[in-house]
Amino acid sequence: MAEAQATGQQRLATGLGWFSVGLGLAEVASPGAVARFVGLRDSGGTRTVMRTFGAREIANGMALLASRPDPGWMWARVAGDVIDLSALGAAVGREDADRRRLAIGMASVAGVMLADLVCARQLGRTNGTATAARQDRAIRVAKTFTINRPPDEVYAYWRNLDHLPRFMRHLQSVRETGARRSHWVARGPAGMMFEWDAEITEDLPNQRIAWRSLPGADVDHRGDVRFDPAPGGRGTELRVHLEYHPPGGRTAARLARLFGREPGQQVEDDLRRLKQLLEAGEIARASEEVRA
Amino acid sequence: MKAVCWMGTKQVEVRDVPNPEILNPRDAIVRVTSTAICGSDLHLYDGFIPTMQRGDVLGHEFMGEVVEVGRDVQHLRPGDRVVVPFPIACGRCNMCERELYSLCENSNPNAWMAEKLWGYSPCGIFGYSHLLGGYAGGQAEYARVPFADVGPVKVPDGLSDEQVLFLSDILPTGYMAAENCGIVPGDTVAVWGCGPVGLLAIAAAQLLGAERVVAIDRFPERLRLAGLKLGAETVDYTEDDVLEALKDLTGGRGPDACIDAVGMEAHAHHSLAYAYDRVKQAMALESDRPIALREAIQACRSGGTVSVAGVYGGVIDKFPVGTVMNRSLTIKTGQTHVQRYLRPLLQRIEKGEIDPSFIVTHRMKLEEAPLAYAMFRRKQDGCIKVVLRP
Repeated sequence: MAEAQATGQQRLATGLGWFSVGLGLAEVASPGAVARFVGLRDSGGTRTVMRTFGAREIANGMALLASRPDPGWMWARVAGDVIDLSALGAAVGREDADRRRLAIGMASVAGVMLADLVCARQLGRTNGTATAARQDRAIRVAKTFTINRPPDEVYAYWRNLDHLPRFMRHLQSVRETGARRSHWVARGPAGMMFEWDAEITEDLPNQRIAWRSLPGADVDHRGDVRFDPAPGGRGTELRVHLEYHPPGGRTAARLARLFGREPGQQVEDDLRRLKQLLEAGEIARASEEVRA
Repeated sequence: MKAVCWMGTKQVEVRDVPNPEILNPRDAIVRVTSTAICGSDLHLYDGFIPTMQRGDVLGHEFMGEVVEVGRDVQHLRPGDRVVVPFPIACGRCNMCERELYSLCENSNPNAWMAEKLWGYSPCGIFGYSHLLGGYAGGQAEYARVPFADVGPVKVPDGLSDEQVLFLSDILPTGYMAAENCGIVPGDTVAVWGCGPVGLLAIAAAQLLGAERVVAIDRFPERLRLAGLKLGAETVDYTEDDVLEALKDLTGGRGPDACIDAVGMEAHAHHSLAYAYDRVKQAMALESDRPIALREAIQACRSGGTVSVAGVYGGVIDKFPVGTVMNRSLTIKTGQTHVQRYLRPLLQRIEKGEIDPSFIVTHRMKLEEAPLAYAMFRRKQDGCIKVVLRP
């Protein structure tokens, strides 16, 4: 059953790949005709933009055709659809626009985007259960901070999972559901919510905590945190390792990086806030509204 | 409230902005009674410090009366008269425990920006770019002061604002510059730049036992203060060759320590080096003009110390590293760890050993800030130091 579903998605991804290549070739070869077809004025500037969009379509399509179905490249198509939609939307307001054709063009792009979204999401799910593919796409993050408090104190603060949303800004809540089990709710990009259950796989008081998400998690991950004494009474060397498989894979993570949501940076920001809380007792912030 | 806002390169305006509020438990709100324009504010004014944003409130030298405290502030209460140090420091991290307050690890909310530029982040600073925290500054009617039980020092009513205001920055900065020289009896200290920091560095070097202090500048009013008020020997670099003059004054040995109180926007007289650095800086090929620093290194006696108090922001060209290495020079520098010096220097002011108010040439209203900045920038009307009163 799962296998049949996977082949179906592969076929959809391949189809969308060929569609990308075809559309891209048309945009590059006769940008004027495509522009008129979707209701844009045929000018030098429009042609240049159209050729650029065409090159993007070809590259994206070839990537989809060349690789095993990768949800990352499907998400890249979704991003491309968003760019196309905003370009067409911007053109609606112009004097010389053919609004009827533009409306048809936008409706078509929206339709294709729906197909892209469905395919990307489904690919993301099947890949989540395909172990071999999963290993390839894992994102690993390792960050370390020295906190000027003894290891037992830093461990105790972290082990009380209620504390985590205070410094992990993307977390909405962590609720302990058993001795080692907990339920996590996080905010993702564009207001999306993610939820998962996790279990602690190792708990060495004042030394190490390891955990992993349970099957069915929106964000499939595992991680551990070590609390090593820093030399010369300098406090605790905190070391965090995370390995996870974001929806959308590595390409999505690269795209996210462009918008400042790179996973390594996020973990670093989280740990810096933890350091501030444990050392200074509060998280540093400027009065952002006090300005002209 | 009224506040002095950075509105672009060479544009400051006094604007109405929202009053600051307590945001964190260790905050205090201070009603500003006096605030000064610092030479380093001119680096912001001239657009040499990155990450300033239109509308940012300026000012890191200020004092006033505490009007509100957060729930975790133990040592201050409303009504206290305080001077606020420019570095924001938590008092509890490894750096603060070593009294390296300007390196506080917890006070810069935008530490990641500074880490990209400098490797690690220093502390947050009031009114000094988003790179250093984006904190609203003190050239305003009110200021929010984080970690209020660590920074602000209470001052007695018997001392005037002008006697204690400079504890916020330039007095400790001049003092740390002189302290970094490791002065021993018989030493000669040369000071590049006789602006407020240079003048206070001269006074501090004398307090710390320097035999002779040589002051280098080109503005007659500054050289007059250094010579007549403080008793330093003076060199006008537009008239004399500085290296020759220093050799001459020290029997050919060179000064035992050299203080750079100039920084990134140095000026030089008819010099090819100046033109070179001016062009490179304008083309963004280097961020700072290290003309005074190069000369201080070249002039320093072998085995001596070069103490850098002037502000630098980024990268420079043609740094004479061979001179530093082959002649065993020591370079000491840093943003001032103001909190470390507040109480000892306040005591010296109370005892009458030092009165930094002699540098004030202009007293103006906060509303006159745009004029004050322009005047200070162009050194018009003998302007050495401006104090603004909200």
